Amino acid sequence: MFDVNNIRKDFPILSRTVNGKPLVYFDNAATSQTPNQVIDVIADYYRNYNANIHRGVHTLSQEATDAYEAARNTIKSHFNAAHAHEIIMTSGTTHSINIIASGYTQLLKKGDELIVSAMEHHSNIVPWQMLCERTGAILKVIPMNHSGVLEMDVFNDLLCEKTKLVFVNHVSNALGTLNPIEEIIRQAHAVDAKVLIDGAQAAPHIKADVQALDVDFYVTSAHKLCGPTGVGMLYGKENILNLLPPYQGGGEMIAEVRFEKTTYADLPHKFEAGTPNISGGIAFGAALDYMNGIGLEAIAAYEQELLDYGTDKLKAIEGVKIYGEAPQKTAVISFNVNEIHPYDIGSILDKLGIAVRTGHHCAQPIMDFYKIPGTVRASFSFYNTKEEIDMMIKALNRAIQMLK
Amino acid sequence: MSIQEIQEEIIEEFAMFEDWMQRYEYMIDLGKTLPLIAPEFKTDDNIIKGCQSKVWVHAELKETQLEFTADSDAIITKGIIAILIRTFSNQHPKDILDANTDFIDQIGLKEHLSPTRANGLVSMIKQIKMYAIAFQTQLN
Repeated sequence: MFDVNNIRKDFPILSRTVNGKPLVYFDNAATSQTPNQVIDVIADYYRNYNANIHRGVHTLSQEATDAYEAARNTIKSHFNAAHAHEIIMTSGTTHSINIIASGYTQLLKKGDELIVSAMEHHSNIVPWQMLCERTGAILKVIPMNHSGVLEMDVFNDLLCEKTKLVFVNHVSNALGTLNPIEEIIRQAHAVDAKVLIDGAQAAPHIKADVQALDVDFYVTSAHKLCGPTGVGMLYGKENILNLLPPYQGGGEMIAEVRFEKTTYADLPHKFEAGTPNISGGIAFGAALDYMNGIGLEAIAAYEQELLDYGTDKLKAIEGVKIYGEAPQKTAVISFNVNEIHPYDIGSILDKLGIAVRTGHHCAQPIMDFYKIPGTVRASFSFYNTKEEIDMMIKALNRAIQMLK
Repeated sequence: MSIQEIQEEIIEEFAMFEDWMQRYEYMIDLGKTLPLIAPEFKTDDNIIKGCQSKVWVHAELKETQLEFTADSDAIITKGIIAILIRTFSNQHPKDILDANTDFIDQIGLKEHLSPTRANGLVSMIKQIKMYAIAFQTQLN
């Protein structure tokens, strides 16, 4: 039974104050808070079995390796990958995308086409632009409409035999839109293009089944789903990952090193040069266990309630305009009030203990589309409450009063 | 008035306020008194990098004194730049260069600003000093 009051007890940070006011944390799309169950796993690692992994014969190293690989298995099961070695541990979504973008340098030729959506985070735009610069490939964009929904008929027109890669986020960070990735993957595969799905915003709310989706690459970060920062994952189909060259050279990723020629390790180690974020990786597994303990379906249902409640309350305020009103979206509300700069609102909300994000949310093309400097973004998580939304509304009214 | 005297005056004004709310309200009011930049200088070149909101600053030499005008698309930011311009406008470039900006801390502005905005504040001061360097060279 989903009980938000019990859940809140797991998150020590939620009981702190900010500027003398109780913290209301509504910046979950930027990073989620961390429950004791995950914090304890990190502390336990450093207190009891901190050691480098995959090489030591001693007990600590063995324990650390086992815990790290167990986490990989947890991630594998969560996303239903066929093999644990298809899960590459990375520093986060950005790192994951860069591994693929870098790896495709030798696989593309001039005139090949890549397709991106209009509502991507800069992390899912810039690495591909750099890939285009290296290879002469061309970047095409799936446009979106004013509700923040992708124009799928245009996507269909963009696809052709020159299309090699399609990369779209599962959920938009700035708008919350849930994209029709099943259809995108199916249509892309019909022209033999590969698909990368950026799951950074989706993973805290939706359990992606990579085999059922038949997706080629799926990437996400642990810190969006109650895990620590600096760790994430890249899922890739074994046969495609094997085609790609290593991203970085170093320890861990080698089979044999000779000055004449070095041979590379097999998956997943080929892409895991250097000592990884060991405690982070272990904690990533613990975070997934924690979320699954509550149940992602229960989480999504509760967050939908918060989204509906927050949307209604905000719309009742005169002058509020919400950006991103896709029929299917996660608990993210991007908005502005009349002509007030989002930064002014965010500054005053902060003084009242309310943490929201302001600005372009690393998605400048979306702001250009709406011709606005940015938005105020409130993003809810399963540990937030309707009472907290009421507090935000009260604070917002006060800010509007001051700024009008 | 010297820069030092103006800064002391501002510190005194801000000392009257009991909480951040009154300070913010005062800053919003100060923003309304900002000598606005002429439209032809409100260009992308004159935007100060490092602020989340847009801030434009322009400087002109009037005999031996620098006169600043500015604008911002955010109201609170407008108040901050108004405080800086009140301090540094109509002063000799050398005095602007020599002035320290500790008063920002003393009026509780920096501690009440988010780190990104505090960085923006640093960028604004830097830009004002850059103008002073440029015109100081011209005067020599």
